[in-house]
Amino acid sequence: MIAEAGLAALWLAAALALLQLVMGATAFAGRGDAARMVGGAVVGPAAVAQGLLTLLAFMLLVWLFTESDMSVRLVAANSHSAKPMLYKIAGTWGNHEGSMLLWVTILGVAGAAVALFERRVSARMRHATLAAQAAIGLGFFAFLLFSSNPFERLAPAAAEGQGLNPLLQDPGLAFHPPTLYLGYVGLSVAFSFAVGALLTREVDAGFARAMRPWVLAAWIMLTLGITAGSYWAYYELGWGGWWFWDPVENASLMPWLAATALLHSVTVLATRDALRAWTVMLAVIAFSMSMVGTFLVRSGILTSVHAFAVDPQRGSFILALLALYIGGALALFGLRIATVKEGAQFEPVSREGALVGNNLLLTAILGVVFVGTLYPLAAEALSGEKLSVGPPYFDATAGPLALLMFVLMAAGPLLRWRRDQAKALIRRLAVPMLAGVAALGAVLVFAPGIRILPLLGLVTAIGVGAASVAPLFGRNLRRTPLFIWGMVIAHLGVAVSLAGMACDSAFTRETLVALNPGEARMVGPYSVRLTAIDPVAGPNWTALEATLVAQRGTNAPITLKPQARSWPNPVTQTSESAIATAWDGQLYTVLGAQDERGRWQLRLWWKPFVTLIWLGGGLIALGGALALVGRVRRAARQPVAAFA
Amino acid sequence: MKAKHQRLTLGVVALASLVGAGLLAASALRDQAAYFYSPADLARSPVDPGQRIRLGGMVADKSIRRAADGVTIDFVVADGPSTTKVRFRGIPPDLFKEKSGVVAEGAFGPDGVFVADTILAKHDERYMPPELERGGDGQRHKTGTLKP
Repeated sequence: MIAEAGLAALWLAAALALLQLVMGATAFAGRGDAARMVGGAVVGPAAVAQGLLTLLAFMLLVWLFTESDMSVRLVAANSHSAKPMLYKIAGTWGNHEGSMLLWVTILGVAGAAVALFERRVSARMRHATLAAQAAIGLGFFAFLLFSSNPFERLAPAAAEGQGLNPLLQDPGLAFHPPTLYLGYVGLSVAFSFAVGALLTREVDAGFARAMRPWVLAAWIMLTLGITAGSYWAYYELGWGGWWFWDPVENASLMPWLAATALLHSVTVLATRDALRAWTVMLAVIAFSMSMVGTFLVRSGILTSVHAFAVDPQRGSFILALLALYIGGALALFGLRIATVKEGAQFEPVSREGALVGNNLLLTAILGVVFVGTLYPLAAEALSGEKLSVGPPYFDATAGPLALLMFVLMAAGPLLRWRRDQAKALIRRLAVPMLAGVAALGAVLVFAPGIRILPLLGLVTAIGVGAASVAPLFGRNLRRTPLFIWGMVIAHLGVAVSLAGMACDSAFTRETLVALNPGEARMVGPYSVRLTAIDPVAGPNWTALEATLVAQRGTNAPITLKPQARSWPNPVTQTSESAIATAWDGQLYTVLGAQDERGRWQLRLWWKPFVTLIWLGGGLIALGGALALVGRVRRAARQPVAAFA
Repeated sequence: MKAKHQRLTLGVVALASLVGAGLLAASALRDQAAYFYSPADLARSPVDPGQRIRLGGMVADKSIRRAADGVTIDFVVADGPSTTKVRFRGIPPDLFKEKSGVVAEGAFGPDGVFVADTILAKHDERYMPPELERGGDGQRHKTGTLKP
């Protein structure tokens, strides 16, 4: 019954999305005042009801997973009754159909939130925005109902489920997809606002202020999702790396790059009423990148750990949706953009100028990542050639552009709006530049053999770090607005991350050994002794577990227990690394196989300051959150001020 | 600067930077995109020692040899009649085995042996390095190099 109720809720929600689209369009463009009034009165409640119904459908699917109802095809294919509860719940979205339902749910709930809370734009624009949001929703409802029904029954019911890919049975990954989806779907709201603004010709600062919290929230979620995904890959895949330039990683990086550019241009539009057309364009691009990401991951065109094999029909469906939405939005953009009034003026050397530069560089990075990610697909489609584009390409293209952008990132916040002097900027940058030079000297003294790229990275990180806190100099810290703190902390986070990447690539020590129990080996500052190998069992796996005792100088010894795990459902083997974190880095250990002479293979890494990479990611998201809270609080105060 | 001029300047700058990015991408692709090779591709157009590539094919039957240090293995990657010798120091993935698909990343040493620092094997029924997906059933890769 539950599955049928879920399907019914989904159909009803789809019908309401259609109603929302029609009523929103009527309210915006209907003939006669009566039609417009009815449309305006219905569109909001329709959006709220649609959001609630999709949420209900999703909760029912979660219920089916927690009950391990094997008469539902999706549950039987992706779950197992012996799984821990967390992974039964996470199994709901650890597959194609469930994750698409999650996508639609977030979309519906976001639409309901716009209908309930958005009062800063005109009623006409709100109606147009809700109609656009419903149009996006309808496409995905059709996708779910016609080609990926999550509630499909299995007759006869399976006796037991097939389990969830063990690599996905990890807390980090359980919450990773919902976080990224919140980001993707937040960008869909920004897109709907842009369409609404184009339709009503209200591309102005008010539109930017309404859109900004959505962009910020989406960007925070994307930042957290990418950071968590990177850390997951680092500890779960056991190869000690944190970024692979895998197409699936790029699928989340591309919307992030676009959202970062959009976040900065929407600030220019909200504060200075400049960059109107450019901001709308970026909103379209950012959502396009969410769609491209979904297409790459969900179409089965890529095969990767996270991309589940899906039939090509679904890929074509998403591709058609992509063409429809992006093509439609671009056509609307082309038709309307000439009528968008010019915004405020500024000189090249100004805060606006720096932000334009940042936008161009981010877009250029997005461009080269996009080309590198899709080139193999295009080449294969056009000529049948199979080739792959790997890290050497991405490092060579995105690297230099990113370094340029970091320099601009240091300078931008120290510039005044509208017009500034280059000399004044250089004076304000003196301290950060000195910090960079000092870092250069220190690194060359203490690590003379360092390669050029990590060296550049470290020096830039120190310089950018100093520059990012410079806007706080001479301010009353207690009275500094929260969004300034947000900017400072987010920029500092970039510097911290960059420092972590540079340290990891410059100073990592690796030891690969085959040891008998009782033997020890040095890696970095640690002496690591293999004391025992024991069999252990978990809830739904068995493993061989090594006991390693790591000693650093005269400190108390640390015990690490890396495992080689075997999973019966489905039959798979995984390595569970064991990691010890110290203030200045991580000791990372992986257990391999036993060789003919009875020795055990161990891979040991000492990775100085590698944790800074994810600490920086967390700081970037924290900065975004502070900015969001600061903006929302300020907006809440403003109407009061207007009446005072 | 007049409004119209500013918009025009911004447009030109944006266009120039995108074209620049495109050129950068194209030149990097030319140098680096020919990244995936099968032993048959290598027989036709050898790769210089030191250039990083991905080598993909099947691990030849009875070709895996372990060195005395316990952490180095030698094996042969085959693609039909063509073969390439590979050396790898490390812990191979759990599903790395003979007569199974593999992708090795690394570069040729001066002695003509491919020294891999990363090995990707067919992980489970849901994971396969994309390049290998249709490679195992006799269908040929056409990789070719993009270098002029």
